[in-house]
Amino acid sequence: MYRYDEFDHQFVSERTAQFRDQANRRMSGELTEDEFRPLRLMNGLYLQLHAYMLRVAIPYGTLSGKQMRQLAYIADKYDRGYGHFTTRQNIQYNWIKLEETADILQALADVEMHAIQTSGNCIRNVTTDHWAGAAADELLDPRPIGELIRQWSSLHPEFSFLPRKFKFAITGAPHDRAAVKVHDIGLRAHKNDKGETGWEVMVGGGQGRTPMIAVTVREFLPEKEVIPYMEAIMRVYNLFGRRDNKYKARIKILMHELGAEKFKAEVEAEYARHPVQTTEVEQRELTRIEKYFAQPSFEKMSRFAPHFENAKRENVDFTRWAKNNLATHQVDGYTIVNISLKPEGGIPGDASGEQMRVMATLAERYSFDEMRVSHAQNIVLPHVKLEDTFAIWQVLKANDLAAANYGLIGDIIACPGLDYCALATARSIPIAQAISRKFADVKKQEEYGPVKLNISGCINACGHHHVGHIGILGLDKKGEEFYQITLGGSSSENASIGTILGPGFAAHEVPDAIETILNTYVKLREPGEEFLGAYRRLGPKPFKEALYATA
Amino acid sequence: MSTVEKGQVMTANRLRDGDAVFLTRAGIWSEKIDDAALVQEPQATAALEARAADAVITNHITGQYLIDAERIDGKIRAALTRERIRTLGPSVRTDLGKQATGTAGAFAAVEG
Repeated sequence: MYRYDEFDHQFVSERTAQFRDQANRRMSGELTEDEFRPLRLMNGLYLQLHAYMLRVAIPYGTLSGKQMRQLAYIADKYDRGYGHFTTRQNIQYNWIKLEETADILQALADVEMHAIQTSGNCIRNVTTDHWAGAAADELLDPRPIGELIRQWSSLHPEFSFLPRKFKFAITGAPHDRAAVKVHDIGLRAHKNDKGETGWEVMVGGGQGRTPMIAVTVREFLPEKEVIPYMEAIMRVYNLFGRRDNKYKARIKILMHELGAEKFKAEVEAEYARHPVQTTEVEQRELTRIEKYFAQPSFEKMSRFAPHFENAKRENVDFTRWAKNNLATHQVDGYTIVNISLKPEGGIPGDASGEQMRVMATLAERYSFDEMRVSHAQNIVLPHVKLEDTFAIWQVLKANDLAAANYGLIGDIIACPGLDYCALATARSIPIAQAISRKFADVKKQEEYGPVKLNISGCINACGHHHVGHIGILGLDKKGEEFYQITLGGSSSENASIGTILGPGFAAHEVPDAIETILNTYVKLREPGEEFLGAYRRLGPKPFKEALYATA
Repeated sequence: MSTVEKGQVMTANRLRDGDAVFLTRAGIWSEKIDDAALVQEPQATAALEARAADAVITNHITGQYLIDAERIDGKIRAALTRERIRTLGPSVRTDLGKQATGTAGAFAAVEG
């Protein structure tokens, strides 16, 4: 199980004490807002429409029962009884008071958690495949290398004042569930003929107002070279990245302006400046970190699970949930349980304190005390016996956590939007709720097959609309909210940026527009063809025609 | 026939808890937009700005700015959806925020 080491303990408690002092100095007037803002942002504290918002780091989305209970405690004591799980595998609280923030950070530190580097122009919380260490298709667990990067980058003085924020995502599986091609740096594991591990290094992906797909700068970087090579990339970015314009400061713009070849040459030149043998990671250190992520002691079991099969025969709702929300585990007899935080008409990613405690108990009892937050704003129980899934489902069902829509049209990603966020131009959540209600029938959702529908409330794209198979972007037109629809985006190994279909829609028109798009797909698909595949074959034309025919 | 008076209102977030607040004629920061001073004249706007700057120095508020609004039959309606949401709370959680504590504005986030 992932845990902090002694260095983390020390610096997290020091940081909490520092923040308490900073907040007190701010409230007494010793610090101005201009002086205080960067300090609070470096501790994940934003000012939003109704209150402060605290973003808590959850490295790799990995949580123990105890940690989830503490998140529930914070939700109940300091917030309004709930939290919002985000596309960064983090949790955000919406109703935070500055005067209580230091106490919250202490409560987090008590369970080895913090909010450091969840904001500001630094290397942010590293994200990975939420099925890490469990997925059947995985070559290796991406978290140890993520942890190495986290330890290297945390409070790294050279990389604490970058031109702009910087995000790493890592996958250890060929099927990319971590969206590595739309991050500043994405890493993907490969094995060579000798069975050695190497990492494909992809740079310059991103979403926001200028979406770009990352460029591969190294096909196979030996594992021990990862840190020195990342250092070379960061140095090139730190030196050449633009600081004159916030909107052109991400590494993707540098990559674009320099050109991929020149960028690679700069990185290689910087890399060659430091002899690898003095900077490479010692095997000893890698092995030490790998132990933090050691697999739990799985029992040897048959692939056939009689109780599970019986339950499916007897309960059609359970069968549906099992079909959609369970994923193949690498160990026979085990499965991955995906808890959808997208009930019909619900707010994507929100969970109440009580629901958090329910999930914590399930993890403790059935999943080796482990949970994951996924970037699609769901919770994963990564290591569950198939035989236990019926009991789990019953508990989930009793707590409004058994939506059987994982990976379907109801499993919507949505940012907080204008209901909470100071940057938003339109609301996202009501659109998600209206679509969720329109497609409430899971049978209907299954007919459409796997569809990723992502909604952002502004061009900063926290709701990942650019890489949704269907993307919705909320904008403001003369004081009215309106919504632009894009099709054909993807964040997987075949990443692509969605194409805008045409003029936007008023909020109340969006659910019908989505239905028109889906029905057009159903009409034109070939047998077994999924939505994204059909769109890529057909292009936008038939969808445009269907959407705007009567307009 | 309803009376409509257009103007501007000074708003900010209260420093200690981040709550949206509005500057009144008495120079107090109220949680309720209906208490706010709605001004039209440049001198009056400047006076609100000066009061807000003082409140920044005394560490009561942060992030102050003027918003367009109108007073309709004694109730103040902010021009932008964003600002109306600030006077109410999240439209998707009507059990939370000003709309749940009796300090809400009188106008819905989206009308009609």
